[in-house]
Amino acid sequence: MKTIEIKINGKPIQVEKGTTILKAALIDNVKIPTLCFHDDLDPWAACGICVCKIEGSPKMVRACATEAMEGQNYITHDPELMEIRRTVLEMTIANHPMECLTCGRNTTCELQDLAADFGIREIPYHEDITELDRDESTPSIILDPRKCVNCGRCTIVCQQLQNVWALEFLGRGHETRMAPAGGILLNESPCIKCGQCSAHCPVGAIYEKDETREFLDAVKDESKHVSVQIAPAVRVALGESFGMKPGSIVTGKIYAALRKLGADSVFDTNFAADLTIMEEGSELVDRIKNGGLLPQITSCCPAWTDYMEKYANDMIPHFSTAKSPMMMQGVMSKTYYADKIKVAPKDMYTVAIMPCTAKKYEITRDDNMWASGEQDMDLVLTTREFARLIKSSGIDFDTLEDEKADSPIGDYSGAGTIFGVTGGVMEAAVRTAYKLVTDKELEDVNIHAVRGMDGVRKGSVDFDGTEIKVAVAHGMVHVEEILNEVRVAKEKGEEPPYHFIEVMACRGGCIAGGGQPYGTTDEVRAQRIAGIYTDDEKSVVRKSHENPEIIQIYKDFLEKPMSHKSHELLHTTYKKRPQYTK
Amino acid sequence: MAEVNTSTIEFSKELSSFIEKWKNKQGNLVMILHKVQGEFGYIPRNAAIKVSHMLDTPLAKIYGVITFYNFFKLEKPGEHNIQVCTGTACYLKGGVDLIDELEILLGIGVNTVTDDGLFSIESVRCIGCCGLAPVILIDGEVFGKLEKDQLPEIIAKFRDK
Repeated sequence: MKTIEIKINGKPIQVEKGTTILKAALIDNVKIPTLCFHDDLDPWAACGICVCKIEGSPKMVRACATEAMEGQNYITHDPELMEIRRTVLEMTIANHPMECLTCGRNTTCELQDLAADFGIREIPYHEDITELDRDESTPSIILDPRKCVNCGRCTIVCQQLQNVWALEFLGRGHETRMAPAGGILLNESPCIKCGQCSAHCPVGAIYEKDETREFLDAVKDESKHVSVQIAPAVRVALGESFGMKPGSIVTGKIYAALRKLGADSVFDTNFAADLTIMEEGSELVDRIKNGGLLPQITSCCPAWTDYMEKYANDMIPHFSTAKSPMMMQGVMSKTYYADKIKVAPKDMYTVAIMPCTAKKYEITRDDNMWASGEQDMDLVLTTREFARLIKSSGIDFDTLEDEKADSPIGDYSGAGTIFGVTGGVMEAAVRTAYKLVTDKELEDVNIHAVRGMDGVRKGSVDFDGTEIKVAVAHGMVHVEEILNEVRVAKEKGEEPPYHFIEVMACRGGCIAGGGQPYGTTDEVRAQRIAGIYTDDEKSVVRKSHENPEIIQIYKDFLEKPMSHKSHELLHTTYKKRPQYTK
Repeated sequence: MAEVNTSTIEFSKELSSFIEKWKNKQGNLVMILHKVQGEFGYIPRNAAIKVSHMLDTPLAKIYGVITFYNFFKLEKPGEHNIQVCTGTACYLKGGVDLIDELEILLGIGVNTVTDDGLFSIESVRCIGCCGLAPVILIDGEVFGKLEKDQLPEIIAKFRDK
């Protein structure tokens, strides 16, 4: 890479050619304020707050979208620039309702931060707020166009990262708004509820549906046994809401906090992830050994499942029929566990703490989600909601003593925990499928071939002489490449290019889900991923089939993977869904 | 794009073959939407959906274009669409007063249609005859240097057509 010499405020620095002024300044620890810019996205230059001067040029440029050029001296801060930025900010705020106290982004809002830094005390312009209704049509996210600052992040995420195109820039100029095609509701659009729009919105224009009060109501109800599970990815991100570094593993504190909040039993979705591997892994082995349809495709991600049903429903026969870990945990809570503690399923209230907004949709997605006879999962709270719940309950999270999950559906292997990262479901499946296919144990359980952050990763694993071909995709925009390979092979009547494909809707996997703490960038993703692999490495048991509670549940209740009972409770079906219902 | 759960719409042979011809060419969307509007007088939703299928382009992108350009309409206009120029010259010469008067005379607002389906009012950008400002355009016929008390007579003329 070619290096060039530039100056930031007169100070010479060297940067790689192609670096933007914004990034170059950061190398020298100079922070230029931004609002529309996000590390995950191409610069859009919508807001204008990052304007800078080039010495000797009358023109001001936007630092986020302008490449630094050899020999130039860039002025990032001076009284005039600060005045311009203040004006831009004031004009933005003139179009933004000042309802901070009741806003979903109160204290996490990027516009609020800027207003605080610039000491904005009054707006010299006429207030002009768009009068458009809130869209509360999906079970997952709420779109409030009144608060939109037209930065475009949500729409670019929806199109470029997720390839869903639920959102588009409609209208122009002053009338521009981010909305689904032609004045319809989000739930009538192809929206897959992944919530990446909400994770990227700088303000409170798109946010998760808050259901924390439902949790408190359930706890208050003496007749209910409240059973809570936490997802793999929550344990390495929740700490951020309490000032910890991304990737800090806070599993024990979460269990403790849940008990303080009034949960009657505390379980771990990682247990059900192990259960998923037993079912999904056995399904894969069955397909391989008995000439079933290959590749098999993972089904744990509800946003991916929704996408597949709308955009790639020719893949339905390839989908693993195994339910997601969350749903498996729910149904096991209301059957196996409820029976053990002699609680009627109708008196059990199941809650899942998830990194994901689509999980709120998944719990009622079709009739299969009532396998216990009751609704298997009653409530999903995102990591962000859970953090608020802890804070408002007066729990000092930092000083909580670690506790353990309850038995018999709370113990987990390292394979269960890595479900939270891209490649993790694949790796967990390989650890168990190897045993099922070869009847030998895998010696090195670290499958590096499927790890990493490339959008698409292809590799193969040696199953004692048999080559098992695998592919992993994360971020919906990367999935078509792999699916097309499958389609082409099918058309030509060739061997399927893969045995097993893992897909997760969000970049990096669930650790960067749409319901995780704000501020997710690749740097944060890497830290959370490192946390997950640490959790795996320090696990004594690292393969799902060796988890003692998994062995027990098959002995006591499920008989064997893919048994009649498993099929009834742990497997599901898929159907074609229209992209638009209007 | 995959299937969409809405009723289908028939395109004329000419329109279909036009779309077929321009399908894979860059910058085709605006041209195709022009043709669609030419056929229907506006762009019905199921027509937009059909174009989305034919071009394998997201419906959202099509709506992005339709709503960006003032020219495209999402509502069916009246039989006689009254286009009032609000370009700079007409604006200064009282184009907006003409709109106000038309609204009173017809009992409708801009971008709406009279109950009998005969008239609609549309505010358009400069139509290129600033010397005649203020100008209105009905069914392609230009009325220039207009005073608002001339409007009842013009409306009556089109009502009887």
